[in-house]
Amino acid sequence: MMRAAVVRFPGSNCDMDALRAAERAGCRAYFVWHRDDDLQQANVVLLPGGFSYGDYLRSGAIARFSPIMQAVRRHAADGGPVLGICNGFQILCEAGLLPGALLPNAGLTFVSRPVPVRVENVATPFTTAYRQGELIHIPVAHGEGRFVAAPDTIAELEASGRVVLRYADGGNPNGSSANIAGICSSDGNVVGIMPHPERVADPAIGDDPGHGFFSSLASWRATAPDAPITTPA
Amino acid sequence: MNFRAHIRVMPRDGLLDPQGQAVENALTELAFDGVSSVRVGRAIEVGVAADSLEDAEDATRRMCERLLANPVTEDFLIEVDPA
Repeated sequence: MMRAAVVRFPGSNCDMDALRAAERAGCRAYFVWHRDDDLQQANVVLLPGGFSYGDYLRSGAIARFSPIMQAVRRHAADGGPVLGICNGFQILCEAGLLPGALLPNAGLTFVSRPVPVRVENVATPFTTAYRQGELIHIPVAHGEGRFVAAPDTIAELEASGRVVLRYADGGNPNGSSANIAGICSSDGNVVGIMPHPERVADPAIGDDPGHGFFSSLASWRATAPDAPITTPA
Repeated sequence: MNFRAHIRVMPRDGLLDPQGQAVENALTELAFDGVSSVRVGRAIEVGVAADSLEDAEDATRRMCERLLANPVTEDFLIEVDPA
């Protein structure tokens, strides 16, 4: 069974939802604490949303120095899938595992509502369950979600198909450059997104358009029989 | 020797600074004429023990590069004084 580690930082608050979403997709999901340095043979790492370290200094700026992040770096370098959601995306950018940064929303207010997004890269381990260009509605809940990067970085992301999610139908809630809602690393295994698929991944609360981010992992696992198992440091 | 580092972290020029804009709008509302280009950043003070002023400045610069400023979106200015 695929093992999914959900990293808990002080201030994480979407950790349980992420765990349940991974479980529902058939993973053996478990928590690891930010002070740990071992991912316990994880096949997949989830960095959940929240306000790690109270968002002091900048969101994600301090969480990236947590001991567990060294293990996450090794896992990512070995090609292991990593999904950062919201605060998890901010941490991945601060850690340099993804390019760019997430700044305070252009409107300065915290936005919490479903937004329309298009799935523009269906080749990552988290998006194969979607159709190219599929329009889904997923909630955002953030005060600092405005994606910015140097113009040549944006151009490179666009040219290499590394925009995974894009706000659609004029639904950009934060002023992100090029309506970018999520990106991936050059190898595609590290994905960061601002919207919260784990909040809409169970039909018990209505539709489950976010389930695909977790159910995709089964097909990734099937095509990657030698999927990396992260070893302890 | 003990030093005090005064660090100013500012949003990079050309990046939208919605906080600065909101403050600018408020100042204009308050009838302060001729207000423009308001930017809101962050001031940080750090006590630094080092052998020389140069060493203290160097250490402060490395703190900014590693943690205190985001190299993608922010610039920093450093002033180090004897404590």
